[in-house]
Amino acid sequence: MKLKLAPIAALLAAALASPQALAQKKYDQGASDKEILIGHINPYSGPASAYGTIGRSIAAYFKKVNDEGGVNGRQINMISYDDGYSPPKTVEMARKLVEQDKVLLIFQPLGTPPNSAIHKYMNSKKVPQLFVATGATKWNDSKHFPWTMGWQPNYQTEAQIYAAHILKTKPNAKIAVLYQNDDYGKDYLKGFMDGLGAKGKSMVVKAVSYEVTDPTVDSQMAQLQASGADTFFNITTPKFAAQAIRKAWDSGWKPVHYLNNVSGSIGTTLKPAGLDKSVGLITTQYIKDQNDKEWANDPAVQEWTAFMKKYYPDGNLIATENFYGWCVAQTMVQVIKQAGNDLTRANVMKQAANLKNFTPSCLLPGIKINTSATDFAPIESVQLARFDGKEWVRFGEIIGK
Amino acid sequence: MNQRALAGYALLLLVACGLPFFISEYRTFQFTLVLIYSIALLGLNILTGFNGQISLGHGAFYAIGAYVAAILMDKAGFPFWATIPIAGAVCLVAGFLFGLPALRLEGLYLALATFALGVSLPQLLKYHHLEEWTGGVQGIVITKPDPPEFLTGLGLTLNQDQWLYFFTLGVTVVMFVLAWNLLRGRIGRAMLAIRDNHIAAEAMGVNNAMVKSLTFGVSAMFTGVAGALSAVAVAFVAPDSFDIFLSIRFLIGIVIGGLASISGAIFGALFIQFVPNIADEISKAAPWAIFGLFLLVFVYVMPAGVAGAIRMAMARLRQKRQNS
Repeated sequence: MKLKLAPIAALLAAALASPQALAQKKYDQGASDKEILIGHINPYSGPASAYGTIGRSIAAYFKKVNDEGGVNGRQINMISYDDGYSPPKTVEMARKLVEQDKVLLIFQPLGTPPNSAIHKYMNSKKVPQLFVATGATKWNDSKHFPWTMGWQPNYQTEAQIYAAHILKTKPNAKIAVLYQNDDYGKDYLKGFMDGLGAKGKSMVVKAVSYEVTDPTVDSQMAQLQASGADTFFNITTPKFAAQAIRKAWDSGWKPVHYLNNVSGSIGTTLKPAGLDKSVGLITTQYIKDQNDKEWANDPAVQEWTAFMKKYYPDGNLIATENFYGWCVAQTMVQVIKQAGNDLTRANVMKQAANLKNFTPSCLLPGIKINTSATDFAPIESVQLARFDGKEWVRFGEIIGK
Repeated sequence: MNQRALAGYALLLLVACGLPFFISEYRTFQFTLVLIYSIALLGLNILTGFNGQISLGHGAFYAIGAYVAAILMDKAGFPFWATIPIAGAVCLVAGFLFGLPALRLEGLYLALATFALGVSLPQLLKYHHLEEWTGGVQGIVITKPDPPEFLTGLGLTLNQDQWLYFFTLGVTVVMFVLAWNLLRGRIGRAMLAIRDNHIAAEAMGVNNAMVKSLTFGVSAMFTGVAGALSAVAVAFVAPDSFDIFLSIRFLIGIVIGGLASISGAIFGALFIQFVPNIADEISKAAPWAIFGLFLLVFVYVMPAGVAGAIRMAMARLRQKRQNS
C-alpha cells in the first residue's frame, strides 16, 4: 500500500508546489471555454405535469443569465427531457443526458421514485445529481451517495422543528399524530420522534396512520380525539389535511394543531377545510410566497415579476412553482460561479457541498443555504407561521441550522 | 418457412448481434428495451391479435413479472437469469386464473375488466401489508448484473449493457420461436377459429373455454417474462413505473406493428420506444399531441400495421414480377 501511495503523494506535492497548475482550466465532458451543458428531467406530461412549469421557469432563468453574459464568461445551456413521472423513463432520459448529450451534471429531477431510479446510476457514473426536487431525507447521505444532493428542507428536518417548538412552548403536551402510511409519512414521524428525544415515547399518546386509498380519516380523527391529546401533528397530503382540519373543528376538539408544509397551501387545503376552521394552525415556510401581500413590495418578488414578464411571459404569476424554479436555479448558478475555471464533476460536487451562507433573495429573510462535505441538505431552516383566518403570519425566529 | 424467409431471419439476427458493437451504451440500452417490449407485445398480440380478446391491462402482468424478478433478486439473492422463468411461470398462472372468470366477458366488457386490473395493480403494490416485499412507493433498487466471467475467458469483453442486450436477445429469440411454434400448430388454429367465429369453432370440437383461458395464461407469461427483463434492464421497480398508460402503449404497439402478426411485435416495439422520444424532441409543450399525430398518420397510411403494409408491398411486388 505504501508503495502505491508514494507516487500519488509525489504528484500531489508537485501540484501543490506549482500554483499555475491549480489556476489552469479543467473540464469534464459538458464543460468548455464557451458553455456549460446541464441536463434536466421534469414531468411535462403525466400525473405530475402540474410541476412541468418548474422546468420552464428554470430554463427562462438560465436564458436571463446568458443574456447578461453567462457565468464566468460561459453560457449555461440546459437540455430538458420529459419523464412523465415514470421511473423507467427517468432512467432512460438520465442515460441519454449523461451518455449521449454528455452533460456535466443533472439538475432538479423531480419526485422521489424517479430520483430513486437513477440514484445508483448517477453515483456509479460519478455524475452530480444536484438539488433534486423531493423532500425525502435520503438525499442527504454524503457517505454512500456522494454525487446526490437535495435542496428543500427535508421532512425530518421540518418535523424536528415542530418537535422543538412543542418542547419549548408546551413541555408537558400530550400529542396525537396522524400520518400517511408511506415513506413520506414515516419520514416525518421519524424526524418528529427524534426531535422529541427521550420524552417522545411518553408525550405521543396516540399515533394513527391512514392509507392514501382511504376515503376519509374520520375514524382516525375520532380515535385521536378520544386519546385526550391536547396537541395534534397532522402529517397528511392536502385532501386528508382538509378533512382532518374540518373534523377537528366540527367535533369540538381544539388541540394545538401543527400542519406539515406539504399541505400548507391556502388554496388547496385551507379553503376546502374552511378558512374559519383553520384559524390557529401552525406550519413552516422557507420560501417567499409571491402571492402574499406582505411581499408585494419586496425587491425579490418585484425582480421575479419583471423576470417572468420578460423571459417567461406566458407563465402563470400565481403558480408558486414558477417562483420555486427561479429560486432553485439561482442556487445552481451560484455553484457554477464558485467552481470557477475548474469545471470537473468532482469540483462541481465539491462546490455544491461548499455553499456558505448563500442567501438568494427568494428565501425568507434570515434563511441561509449552508452545505459541507458531510451536510448535503442545503436548506435546513424554516420559520413557523400561524394562520389568522386570511393568511399565514410568520412568527418567531428562523429555526434550524 | 421457405428458404428465403429463413435467410431473411438469419440476416436480421446477424444485424441484431452486430448492433451493440457499433452503437453507444445508451443506444444499446434503448435497443434492449425494444427487445423487451417486443416480447411483451408478442404476448398481447397472441391474446388480442390471434384470439380476439382485448386487454387494456397487460401492464399489470408486466408489473407482476418485474416485481417477481425484483423481489427474488433483492430478498432471496437469486441470479437475474433464474428469475426470468419464475416470473414467466407466475404470470402464466396469474393470467390463466384471470382468464377463467374473464371467459364470460366479451369484447368491450373484457376490455373494461382488464382495464380494472391495469389501474388497480399499481395501487395494490403500495398496499402496506405487502410493503415488506414490494418496498411500497419507494420501490426496489436492483443491482445491474455484470457479464459472467466465462465470457472474458472466451476472449469476449462486454460491458453491462451489451451483456444484458445479448441475454435479452437470446430470450427474445426463444420466445419468438415458441410463439411461432404455438401459433402455426393446432392450438394456434384453434385460437384463430375462436376469434373468427366461436360458435363454428365449438362445433368443430374446439374447447373454447380451455383455449381462451390458456391463451390468456400464455399471453400473460410472455408479458411477464418481458416485465422481469425490464426490471433487470432498468434496475429499479416502483408502482409509478406501471401506470395504466403502459397498458395502452402495449395496445398501441400491437395495432401499429400489425395485429395477428409475429414480426409486427418488433415494429410495434420500435414505435413505442422511439416515437415518444421523437415527439418530445419536436415539442416540449405538447409531446403527446405530436405523438397523436404520428399515430394518426400510421393508422391512415398503414391500416394493417407496419407488418401488414410490408406484406402488401411484397405481394404487389411479386404480382408485378409475375405480370411482366
